[in-house]
Amino acid sequence: MEAQTTAAVRCNGVFKTYDTGGDKVVALGGIDLEIRMGELMMLVGPSGCGKTTLISVIAGILDQDSGSCEVFGEDLWHMRSGEKLKFRARNIGFVFQAYNLLPSLNAIENVSIPLIINGIKRHEAERQAAKVLEQVGLGTRGKSLPSELSGGQQQRVAIARALVHNPRLIVCDEPTSALDHETGHNVMELLKQVALHHDRALVIVTHDSRIFGFADRIARMDDGHIDKVVDSAEKL
Amino acid sequence: MNHIALKMLMGDRGKYLGIVMGLTFASLIMTQQPAIFVGILSRTFSFIDDTGLPDIWVMDPKVQFVDDIKPLQDTVLYRVRGVAGVGWAMPLYKGLLKSRQYDGTFQTCNVVGLDDATLIGGPPIMLEGKLEDLRRSDGVIVDIDGATEKLGRPSKVPGGKPEPLKVGDVLELNDKRAIVVGLAKTTRTFQSQPVIYTTYSRALSYAPKERKLLSFVLVKAMPGQDVPALAQRIRKTTGLAAYSHQEFKDLTVNYYLKNTGIPINFGVSVALGFIVGAAIAGQTFYNFTLENLRQFGVLKAMGASNWTLLRMILLQAVLVGSIGYGLGVGLTALFGYAMRNTILAFKFPWQLLVFSGAGVTLICIFAALISIRKVIKLEPAIVFKS
Repeated sequence: MEAQTTAAVRCNGVFKTYDTGGDKVVALGGIDLEIRMGELMMLVGPSGCGKTTLISVIAGILDQDSGSCEVFGEDLWHMRSGEKLKFRARNIGFVFQAYNLLPSLNAIENVSIPLIINGIKRHEAERQAAKVLEQVGLGTRGKSLPSELSGGQQQRVAIARALVHNPRLIVCDEPTSALDHETGHNVMELLKQVALHHDRALVIVTHDSRIFGFADRIARMDDGHIDKVVDSAEKL
Repeated sequence: MNHIALKMLMGDRGKYLGIVMGLTFASLIMTQQPAIFVGILSRTFSFIDDTGLPDIWVMDPKVQFVDDIKPLQDTVLYRVRGVAGVGWAMPLYKGLLKSRQYDGTFQTCNVVGLDDATLIGGPPIMLEGKLEDLRRSDGVIVDIDGATEKLGRPSKVPGGKPEPLKVGDVLELNDKRAIVVGLAKTTRTFQSQPVIYTTYSRALSYAPKERKLLSFVLVKAMPGQDVPALAQRIRKTTGLAAYSHQEFKDLTVNYYLKNTGIPINFGVSVALGFIVGAAIAGQTFYNFTLENLRQFGVLKAMGASNWTLLRMILLQAVLVGSIGYGLGVGLTALFGYAMRNTILAFKFPWQLLVFSGAGVTLICIFAALISIRKVIKLEPAIVFKS
């Protein structure tokens, strides 16, 4: 998929510090980053370098201290909390490292959550969820609880949940780190095939160098800064 | 989101049952103990209820409750009859006398003497014989509980249940002969002593000789008379105390509430039930929320508002509260039903349902509030922590 030049995310001078019992820890020390529509951008770097903080700011679930971070031209920092919630509900899909599926809900019910949050009736939401589950190859496992699914299948359910409401930005936090190589590879194939779209951007935070090849661009972070942004893993 | 809230709640069966059991226990204690309390208190005035015909009870002004007999002179009866608006006024004797048992022991009985002519003030339900049989020589009517339990003949089998008194059996009251001519159903009294009805004159013959023996004057107002006004007139004219049916019951209940340890004993039980129930349900519900905090975080990250999450928690609290309350109240009702023929005092008025319902609601609000606070303060960024 060829990335468009339109920016999905544009961060300029984003600073974020955490107060850890009197000490200030700089998590983001002035981040400048642009993620384009139709692009799969990976954020890589050692633990504690600020990757998770950066996607939290991009996804609008954490406020930066200063700087601006526009998502589809909207500066989430200046939005009221209700507007930010609606924006997030409509435009952002999440895939988590630990899947974060609700254990008492079956696959269809888990996938339908974003639609229900967006005000779609349960019956219709579950109908659409079943369709997306088919797209990710789990059409027959809709009634299964997360505990009845393998790790790879759970991550597929999580991907379906991130896609079901057609968000324009999908944020993935270590989507393959809990999976073996082959399953991780399959999950990335699926993400690229199903999730990547010319009017959608994917941001993936990862340590897993085996999946760097799926990225359109890779931003390497260290100590709260972006060292470099490259278009292939070999250039890192 | 209601569906999701309920599935989250019931997904962990152990926790769910723990919360429901906590609330059931609280609801049971908060209903059952007050039901016994109300049952005991209602026994204090059961004699007034059983004597339903008169509008006004006239007595010595120093009387504090129904069993606190301060005898009056017989002439009082005529003074009361002379008050304008009195339809009829009848004497009533009420006293504790000893009945000699078949095995030689003595049993204290509540002897009630009814006006010889009218027999007003008799037992509410006759099971055997007729009230008029009291006119037979030495006739007495015994309440069925007393006849079956405390006044029964000793069993022929060692250790067996006593044989109930029957019509025709002979009692000995204060060394005088009394023949059982009827059995009646009365409400158990606070002291649970057998109740023996007889005529006023015969009751006086059983009672130890005293200058004054009239316990109460029972008064019926003339048709159209205002009862409180008539009571006031009787008080003013005779200098005696005159209470309506309800006022006399209130006087009796208030005496027991103020002068006995019953309210404090039951109050402690009910308060403990409330505190233990609140602690169990509150803590389990709070732990349940804590364990689901990440799930709430996921919902929050995906755009669910605090208000949505608050509604989910409230729904969960309302559901466990309703089930716990229903089970607790149901168990209390079953308990009452199982104990209906025993000596246990138990009364379950609708006000108790409201009382325990309010208690369980408070517990649920408390449990929900501490959980809601945690969820509202929750940072959705928690979802990115592995």
